Amino acid sequence: MSNSKILANGVDVYYGSKQALFGISMDIKEKEVTALIGPSGCGKSTFLRCINRMNDLIEICKVSGSIKVDNEEIISEKTDVVSLRSKIGMVFQKPNPFPKSIFDNVAYGPTIHGLVDSKNELEEIVHSSLKKAGLFDEVKDRLNEPGTSLSGGQQQRLCIARAIAVNPEIILMDEPCSALDPIATAIIEELIDELRLNYTIIIVTHSMQQAARVSQKTCFFHLGELIETGETNKIFTNPDNTKTQDYITGRFG
Amino acid sequence: MNNSIAKEKIISLRKKRSLEDMRFKYYGFTAMCLSLAVLVFLLYTIFSKGYTAFQKTIVLLEVDYNQEVLKLTPDSSDEDMEKGKFFRVKKQAIENFFPDLSKSDIKLVKKLFSTNVDKEIKDYFLDNPEVINTKQQIWVTAHSDVDQLLKGNSRRDVPEDRRKLNDIQLSYVDQLVEENRVKQVFNNFFFTKADSRHPEIAGVAGSFMGSLFTLFTVFILSFPIAIGASVYLEEFAPKNRITELIEVNISNLAAVPSIVFGLLGLGVLLNVFGLPRSTPLVGGSVLALMTLPTIIIACRASLKAVPPSIKEGALAVGATKTQAVFHHVVPLALPGTLTGTIIGLAQALGETAPLIMIGMIAFIPNIPTGLTEPSAALPVQIYLWVESAERGFQEKSAAAIMVILIFLFMMNAIAVFLRNRFERKW
Amino acid sequence: MFFWSLVLIAVGIFSSFIYGRSRIKLNSKKQGTKSKSLPNYYAQYVLMWCLFPALIVYFSWAIFQEQIIQNIVISNFEFIEGAVYNEGLLLAEIRNVANNPSFADGKSIEIINAASHYSSLRQISQISFYTSIIIIMLLGALYASQKLKPEFHAQHTIEKYIQYILIFCSSVAIFTTIGIVFSLIFESLRFFAEVSIFEFLFSTEWYPFIPIREGQTAAEGSFGAVPIFAGTFLVMVVAMCVAVPLGLLTAIYLAEYASQRVRKIVKPLLEILAGIPTIVYGFFAFVSVAPFVKAFGQSIGIDASPTSALAAGMVMGVMIIPFISSLSDDVINSVPQSLREASLGIGANKAETIKKVILPAALPGIVGAFLLAISRAIGETMIVVVAAGTAPNLTGNPFENVTTVTVQIVVALIGDQEFDNPRTLSAFALGLVLFVITLFLNIIALQIVKRYRERYE
Repeated sequence: MSNSKILANGVDVYYGSKQALFGISMDIKEKEVTALIGPSGCGKSTFLRCINRMNDLIEICKVSGSIKVDNEEIISEKTDVVSLRSKIGMVFQKPNPFPKSIFDNVAYGPTIHGLVDSKNELEEIVHSSLKKAGLFDEVKDRLNEPGTSLSGGQQQRLCIARAIAVNPEIILMDEPCSALDPIATAIIEELIDELRLNYTIIIVTHSMQQAARVSQKTCFFHLGELIETGETNKIFTNPDNTKTQDYITGRFG
Repeated sequence: MNNSIAKEKIISLRKKRSLEDMRFKYYGFTAMCLSLAVLVFLLYTIFSKGYTAFQKTIVLLEVDYNQEVLKLTPDSSDEDMEKGKFFRVKKQAIENFFPDLSKSDIKLVKKLFSTNVDKEIKDYFLDNPEVINTKQQIWVTAHSDVDQLLKGNSRRDVPEDRRKLNDIQLSYVDQLVEENRVKQVFNNFFFTKADSRHPEIAGVAGSFMGSLFTLFTVFILSFPIAIGASVYLEEFAPKNRITELIEVNISNLAAVPSIVFGLLGLGVLLNVFGLPRSTPLVGGSVLALMTLPTIIIACRASLKAVPPSIKEGALAVGATKTQAVFHHVVPLALPGTLTGTIIGLAQALGETAPLIMIGMIAFIPNIPTGLTEPSAALPVQIYLWVESAERGFQEKSAAAIMVILIFLFMMNAIAVFLRNRFERKW
Repeated sequence: MFFWSLVLIAVGIFSSFIYGRSRIKLNSKKQGTKSKSLPNYYAQYVLMWCLFPALIVYFSWAIFQEQIIQNIVISNFEFIEGAVYNEGLLLAEIRNVANNPSFADGKSIEIINAASHYSSLRQISQISFYTSIIIIMLLGALYASQKLKPEFHAQHTIEKYIQYILIFCSSVAIFTTIGIVFSLIFESLRFFAEVSIFEFLFSTEWYPFIPIREGQTAAEGSFGAVPIFAGTFLVMVVAMCVAVPLGLLTAIYLAEYASQRVRKIVKPLLEILAGIPTIVYGFFAFVSVAPFVKAFGQSIGIDASPTSALAAGMVMGVMIIPFISSLSDDVINSVPQSLREASLGIGANKAETIKKVILPAALPGIVGAFLLAISRAIGETMIVVVAAGTAPNLTGNPFENVTTVTVQIVVALIGDQEFDNPRTLSAFALGLVLFVITLFLNIIALQIVKRYRERYE
């Protein structure tokens, strides 16, 4: 068994007085794809955003409990959010490229973190990130065109390249395919499968087929609670919990 | 039976009601048309009163550049030429303007010419020194009274004692017209000269430059401060009482009468800090404080319009909040901010009262060249000319209004252009 | 001085940036560790320490130099026994002579001496200004360069500084308000030290003439502001009589009857009306409306004065039309569509719907708009200065000459401003009244509008 990369223990999240997550505990292994599934509003995105502290942006949001990344507590005042986020990349539901050129989109992260010393190095990182995201061949002749000129699927891969460029260890994906057509979705799913070799990936999805296709582990959330977690094969064929059973057979959600 | 009566009643009532409806609609329509009619009438008034100011009247004068009279020789140096006795040449020219003039007539003739004529005679000579000892026919500027008479702005059928020109002078003017010794040409003075006591040589160049310098100051001060304030309030400010206080302050400042800002400038900037009076620096500072709320409100709106997903994208690759805001949000909000700023500047351009308070109402007969030099501003210049008793200034004030309206129109056009060109819809 | 000092500061900024950048690269190379932040942040750090102290010195010099020099010159001036001096005129004369030696002809020896004293002081001030700017920039850079170590997290510090700058920008609004309140109250207190507040608020005699020379008692001023308040009120009422029906009916027509095309054309035209500078309205009132009012008055047998409350008020009303119509338009549009449909659904026609349903529903918002318009009308200056006159008449006759608060402020401050007489100071007392009333109106109006908005959201 590989090492655990992320260890969550008793995570509670409140939006104002409303509790959104109830004591989530979870163990995420290195270099695996973990899928978070569940009906909408069940808290899976909320949990995902705890891992790179994106919830800090919402003023009324309070997080308690413990999440350890590489055995380091991140739910704490002392955590350096910036270096945490450079270690944990994130891809959002809707592709959100910066309204800048394709090159600048990918180059932004390495530049602000000072990962490169010369223009050549920067170019190298941008090219390799685009290659890893499977986008390089499509855009290599128009790196100076705005990122917003790409198609939806390409934009999403650009966002993945942008996340990869800062050399993270973990990539969080918040329903990365929900705004895409089936063909683009298939390409992204393939990409996720390749990325698994180098990165720990957590993906939130509302599509059970997608979870089944891309993930090794699956966690089922319901009404802010983690109902069941386990090998994807097991969850989809023989879940322990009846709620999970009901959900994957389409009785609710 | 009862039923049919009721029906009839309803039908007749319905007619009345629909008539009422029509009437109400026409009230609204009339009100709208009236408002627009006033606008048209206003613009018409300005144009009809002002277009004559773009022409000036010039008179053909025969000048004898006699070297004895000038006290110069053909070999005089340039410096000596400057000191030539041109006023004597002018005196002579006027004495011979009409044949056989008596002493009292000469006085009357002299009043047909602008005080600027001396300078024009001199300039002509300095440009063409070879004309020494020759007689030259020069077109020189006529006095404002002649100008106004020929433009039809002052009437000749009022009694003589209520006219600027008496009967003899009128006959002179008529004679000039008959002999084609007077004509109207484009008034270059209006665009190249500053204010003057004499309407015929008064122009808007001084006040225009003053307004430009003032607007420059407003821009330099208000644009960065407005951006700073809006970025703080929109992106960083914690929700607490101090932030609330700032917000209340801004919305109240937006409604404080402009004249009160003038009092602030007088009481604080001039009296406490001792900044130089009547200068674009002080005027611009006061107007900057006045337009700040307008610009901040526009700025915040365009910051708000940038979708949060852009900021999230930056944060997710590990940018700090400051980096995310200044690298991504602010540049995207810039066109909207600039549009708001230009609209604020347009508002500042038309403001008069605060500038009067800080002394930009002084009579400034030369064109300012810096921020700390006393100068006028366009709207104050208009006020000075409107208030002036001299008839010749009225057309000048209307023409200056045209200048300021065109200026405003261009600023708004730029703002609209910027908005259409750069503002993206998300 | 203005230009060259800016050049000097610019050079300082540039070189400190370059210095900071190369220094940190060198230091981290020496220690063999990567610096915690990007080199640019260290450069910015040095730059800020170089720039801001220099700017503080620059501005304090610009503000206080002239004052201090003048004080020294005046205190060293050899006053001649018995002669009476006006300090302001004297200073102007000294400055003129100093700036332009050709003016020295015929001036007294004291003035010429003072002028040369003035010039030499200016020279000293200039030299010390440049040296102190250079020294302060060097000191700042020196302090900052001590921190240029790879383990120093420059980015954190820079971001903290940026926060301070942003907070400063936001508090300019507060400083402005404090400045307004401070200057109005301070000068008003000086005014009320000489004129009783009861006389100011309740007496009906406004003759702000003060003795010109000492010992001249013939023209003792009296400062009863009631006629001014009355005049302001009269002009405001006339303006509202014009603006309210026209503005409101226009808004109703645009919101409820007009086609999309008409709206698209008319709204920008109304915005033009709103964007015209007030002095232009003043010109219009003076040149077109006032003569018309006078002629009209004569035709119905009233002797109208060439400037009148009616002329000024009517034009002011026109100025306010777009203000009222756009605010009312917003308010009417925010009445929920369901109310409209309910009324039309039981067979009411449009006029009835507007009068019985929409206007009552929108009433608070419209009242708020009217209050804002009133506050605008009271604070408006240029139209009344040009077209209403300056005579403090206590009258209800709109054909007569009246005066307003804003006009009296302008009148009191045009010409020479000696801050030791109540005539000049009265401007600040009037300004205080104006400020308090408009602020009050605005707060109420904004409250009403806010509560109205909340109701339909």
